[in-house]
Amino acid sequence: MLDVRNLQKIYTGRNREVEALRNLTFHIGAGELVCLVGPSGCGKTTLLKCMAGLLDPTSGQVLLEGKPVDGPPPGMAVVFQEYGRSLFAWMNVRDNVALPLRRKKLGKARERELVDHALEVVGLADAHEAYPWQLSGGMQQRVAIARAVAYEPKVLLMDEPFAAVDAQTRAELEDLIRELWRELGVTVLFVTHDIDEAVYLGQRTVILSKSPTVVQEDLTIDLPDERDQLHTRSSPRFAELRAHVYEQIQRAKYRSGDTDAGVVDRAPEPAKTRS
Amino acid sequence: MTALTVLRRALLLLGLPATLFAVWWYATADSTDFYVPPLSAILDAFGKVWTGDRLLSDVVPSLLRLTAGYLLAVVIGVGLGLLVGMRRAVRDVLEPVLELFRAIPPPVLVPVIMLFAGIGDTMKVLVIVSGCVWPILLNTVEGVRAVDEVLSDTCRSYGITGTARLRHLVLRGASPQIVTGMRQALSIGIILMVISEMFAASNGLGFTIVQFQRSFAIPEMWSGVLLLGILGFLLSLLFRFAENRALAWYHGLRRARRTP
Repeated sequence: MLDVRNLQKIYTGRNREVEALRNLTFHIGAGELVCLVGPSGCGKTTLLKCMAGLLDPTSGQVLLEGKPVDGPPPGMAVVFQEYGRSLFAWMNVRDNVALPLRRKKLGKARERELVDHALEVVGLADAHEAYPWQLSGGMQQRVAIARAVAYEPKVLLMDEPFAAVDAQTRAELEDLIRELWRELGVTVLFVTHDIDEAVYLGQRTVILSKSPTVVQEDLTIDLPDERDQLHTRSSPRFAELRAHVYEQIQRAKYRSGDTDAGVVDRAPEPAKTRS
Repeated sequence: MTALTVLRRALLLLGLPATLFAVWWYATADSTDFYVPPLSAILDAFGKVWTGDRLLSDVVPSLLRLTAGYLLAVVIGVGLGLLVGMRRAVRDVLEPVLELFRAIPPPVLVPVIMLFAGIGDTMKVLVIVSGCVWPILLNTVEGVRAVDEVLSDTCRSYGITGTARLRHLVLRGASPQIVTGMRQALSIGIILMVISEMFAASNGLGFTIVQFQRSFAIPEMWSGVLLLGILGFLLSLLFRFAENRALAWYHGLRRARRTP
């Protein structure tokens, strides 16, 4: 579905070069929910922008369904961290969600149906007429998610979407994402710096090294598919995975493309007392 | 809004002008100075001069020229501003030239414009345009350049490009700055309307005021100045009304940011 191959990105400044991404290769299968986690400043956003076709990589490529991404591809939606800046302040919630659909020329009825449904599933059925700045941060991010849902993308990229909302809202939104992912069968790449989130949400977690970035580990999250905030988070396996990711992130802080470029693919031993 | 708050606002709004008028009234009541007639004489002249034919023969032509010049300046300023703001290369080429032209006071252009545009309405409209266009142009450029990067990326990723991007993102995003430029341009426009009519004109407010002054009809001259003041006030009220409608989102956004 989504292939990242030997991706490298070097920013060229006035008289210095910064290599943000060294050499990244990973694959996301159709319908997967993959989390991307790494130490602060490891080039997560750079990677996501390259994948979204918003930034040209220095070398290597991103393939969406086998086709190289050289600009924003039609079947992809992006949800940014800065919800306050990704919504049109001059449009109400409804128009914000509907605007990307206009280009698709689906007809009024279908468009209305998609917008209504999208706002319904994110829990904003009665906020159609509100302006984004009249809503709380969590609700604004729901609008951005509804916009992505209405767009009916094949791939949904999310760039630390919950980093700026409070902890309770974040838990709700995490469950919303899992729910949407299961209902819509969409492929999701979720970038985060939050280790708990990275373990709780995905089927796999790709751990990145510090910059210049390589893949530190590609970890399968073998938690049951039915997850909830209370039980999943208190299960022993969750704690193990969390500890493992935490260790890897700590190691990642001292490891980069400069130290070595090996890819480890191994999960910790399953716990004996697995519930 | 209760009746009391309406009253309070009206008092706040009209309090100072009313006081100034009262001071003017009493200070000049016994004036025998030929050049400073009593306010009562000015108001008397006002009633006589500006209610009859002069409304049609002088006020309306002035307002039409102002409207034409102002609207033309908005179209040119916003259009060129979008181009300059969005294209780096255009900006690099045009910026020095724009700075040069901007530095020329529009009134000195009157003789120049008169040379090729004659002494008719075209000249007066062009003078108004030549002054009004700068604040609109420069503010539009700033507004366009300040369009949010995240929102711009959002548009790109959803394939909102070309005219849709221009309409929904760039123009609306820059609209607070564009409106600021338009507000500045409005007062410049009124000044230039009067100035352009002081040269080689046969009607209009500026022309009439100068005529009164030259024929020593001093109360009438003062009444013309008063009319200009009132006109400016009414136009800015109208502008504020339009602005509040067009930028309701912006004022709401700013209020929301102040009280998180």
